[in-house]
Amino acid sequence: MRFAFSEDQAAIHDAVDSFLTSISTSGGTRLAMDDGTGLDRPLWHAMASELGLTGTIIPESFGGSELGAVETAIICEALGYQVAAVPWLASAVIATHAIARGGSDAQRSEWLPRLAEGNAILSFADKGFSCQNGLVSGTSRFVPQGCSAEAIIVHADNRVYLVSTDTEYCLMSPQTSLDQTRPLAKLTLDHAKAELLAAVGWDEIEPLAWTAIAADALGGAQACLDQSVAYVGERVQFGRVIGSFQAVKHKLADMLIGLEQARSAVYWAAGEIDSDGDDARLASHAAKSFACETYAECAGHAIQLLGGIGFTWEHDAHLYFKRARANLSMMGAPSWHREQIAKLILPEDLCA
Amino acid sequence: MRLTYTESERAFRAEAADWLQSALSGEFSDLRGLTNRVSAPKRRLEWEQHLGQARWSVVGWPAKFGGRDATLSERLIFAEEYAAAGGPPRLNHLGVELLGPTILTYGTDAQKSVFLPAISAGEAIWCQGYSEPSAGSDLSAIRTSAQLHGDQWSINGQKVWTSLAQFSDWAFILARTTPKSVGRDGLSFLLVPLDQPGVSIRPIRQITGDAEFNELFLDDARTAADNVLGKVGGGWEVAMSLLGIERGVSTLGQQMTFRNELDAVMAAARRNGTAKDPLIRQRLAQSEIGLRLMRFGALRMLGGASDNQTNAAITYKIQWASWRRSLGELAMDVLGQEAEIAPALPAGEYAMPMLTELFLSARADTIYGGTNQIQRNLIAERGLGLPREPRGDLKG
Ligand SMILES: Cc1cc2nc3c(=O)[nH]c(=O)nc-3n(C[C@H](O)[C@H](O)[C@H](O)COP(=O)(O)OP(=O)(O)OC[C@H]3O[C@@H](n4cnc5c(N)ncnc54)[C@H](O)[C@@H]3O)c2cc1C
Repeated sequence: MRFAFSEDQAAIHDAVDSFLTSISTSGGTRLAMDDGTGLDRPLWHAMASELGLTGTIIPESFGGSELGAVETAIICEALGYQVAAVPWLASAVIATHAIARGGSDAQRSEWLPRLAEGNAILSFADKGFSCQNGLVSGTSRFVPQGCSAEAIIVHADNRVYLVSTDTEYCLMSPQTSLDQTRPLAKLTLDHAKAELLAAVGWDEIEPLAWTAIAADALGGAQACLDQSVAYVGERVQFGRVIGSFQAVKHKLADMLIGLEQARSAVYWAAGEIDSDGDDARLASHAAKSFACETYAECAGHAIQLLGGIGFTWEHDAHLYFKRARANLSMMGAPSWHREQIAKLILPEDLCA
Repeated sequence: MRLTYTESERAFRAEAADWLQSALSGEFSDLRGLTNRVSAPKRRLEWEQHLGQARWSVVGWPAKFGGRDATLSERLIFAEEYAAAGGPPRLNHLGVELLGPTILTYGTDAQKSVFLPAISAGEAIWCQGYSEPSAGSDLSAIRTSAQLHGDQWSINGQKVWTSLAQFSDWAFILARTTPKSVGRDGLSFLLVPLDQPGVSIRPIRQITGDAEFNELFLDDARTAADNVLGKVGGGWEVAMSLLGIERGVSTLGQQMTFRNELDAVMAAARRNGTAKDPLIRQRLAQSEIGLRLMRFGALRMLGGASDNQTNAAITYKIQWASWRRSLGELAMDVLGQEAEIAPALPAGEYAMPMLTELFLSARADTIYGGTNQIQRNLIAERGLGLPREPRGDLKG
């Protein structure tokens, strides 16, 4: 047993980190927020063309690099650190995973090469739909970057469907949402023709999806801590840097304590998924609930420690704060994930 | 990243499990499942010796000192199997987990060959004499002094909260060897035999009713001149290195007993139906998560997870201490008033059932080895590079 990155994983970590640090900017994110898409196109294209990041979980035969959950988490973490406005989670992780795992050869050949190149953008809808006779109906107001998606992976009754957005039976409308780096669109399907991704159940998609959200949270939480530490080391009040006040130090210490556990959680879950471990579900429930709560706390503390500046639109603190809040609710709140863990560890004692 | 066990790790696990199973169901069955850290000291001394003879006492040490050169995974495996078999608390915890590894780092060859085999064989039980009445969180305020008289140190002063001193043969202490020195300078790390006229030990009763810790009076206590670990005057560095182990690696074994404690709380919740209460379920799940994260935190800390290894280490003590304190509170909420009643005892005696004792004893975890507040100071200063706490000039 070895709980540390392999050499390759460490190299990917460094490459992705330095690439995103040089290319992902708050300016790019803000343009994508302002035009309502949550899609920083220059960044997305650079991710695809320069590092092939859009194809990391796609088999090599379809133009990808076929990496595992640990690598996926590494990339999610780095994107979370930048609060990057790209559909990576929805398209390159969740939708791609569904097609790669569940698609027929024809479906895989149709979608995976274009996904790998970053030329196709997809999203997902995890609740609100049912399917009868191959036709899917329902509504969800929570489809990340849905307006940029040409097809949606739809969950209905543990089955996974692929639905094109380019039909009259599909209505996708933009909404102003709390987190503008990943705006949620409203999707209505009215007897839309759907292709079944026959080889996969929604429950097989979930662990990687939860872990990816958790990894985004981990990166965001780390950014909140780093920015707070930098600020409290400079800001002077009462003749001292505010970082010398114990109340401030202890808050930051608590952030690091949470963050270190979140880090263990994310890479434990990713490692379990990669080794097909018995604990993959338990670990990804743990990661999703723990890392997202840690992110929300860190993002809140960051605003507090920044004072008035932290409450301005201009400072990035609110981007993290809002994305942290969105991560908490996306694909199950922390208390729901903990209840799933309770079911696993106390199987026969069902909730009263 | 590899979360599966190798063939040889599985073989190691089987061997350890077999041995522990037969020892704890045979000759030492009376110790199986014991959790109290002061009961049955004689039997637990024999258990130390039994472990030593079979080379299971210090698996991570080099073979020439009685160990098995076990890898980190193997040490974790042994700790898991030890807890699963219901192994009792180690009487020589401080020698085995704290002093031994420090001797391996700082000891001379002569010190290694004298002290290490005695620890692994269970022939020398150790206690830790750091704290003093006016040197608690501020350990550098140590006043105990030691002066060389010929080939011996003469030691004078008082230690306090010295755990297990009443069962120990030796103490490792921090003493001021440079007269009039202040703070971290001028301290030395001395190894002192306890069976001598200059040493007296007085147990102190704790909130659990037991007396695990003691006052340790040193009144011209003697030890040989070369019983200094590290340099004379360089005791602070050695003491801090040992504290680092105390806050980190040494708790690998402890963590496995945490598993048993959480299982006991879950079993109680099932017995009395609180396992159906949604709020209790949330807290049990949160405890499960915390325990798992501790395990992987330990693996990251010890396994060279490159970049964030130091932060994993530095946040570890407060994590497990706070985790266990919450578990104690959860245990009480699960059991309700039932937890408040002890089995029949003679008047004047006080001993609580296991989970109630967990609730009480956990209050010490957030104090010893550096309180939670001190941990946060350290995390902020060393982990995050924030300014150090200002010092005042009052004398305690
Ligand atoms: C069960 C048990 C076993 C022990 N075993 C041993 C042993 O074997 N050997 C040994 O040497 N010692 C032992 N100790 C002692 C232990 O290490 C000390 O109790 C601990 O370091 C705290 O010191 P103190 O008790 O003097 O409290 P103090 O240092 O007086 O602390 C009192 C309170 O003040 C807070 N405080 C102090 N300084 C600061 C600061 N700078 N910032 C913020 N808050 C602060 C503390 O957090 C605490 O809440 C043991 C203690 C216990 C409870």
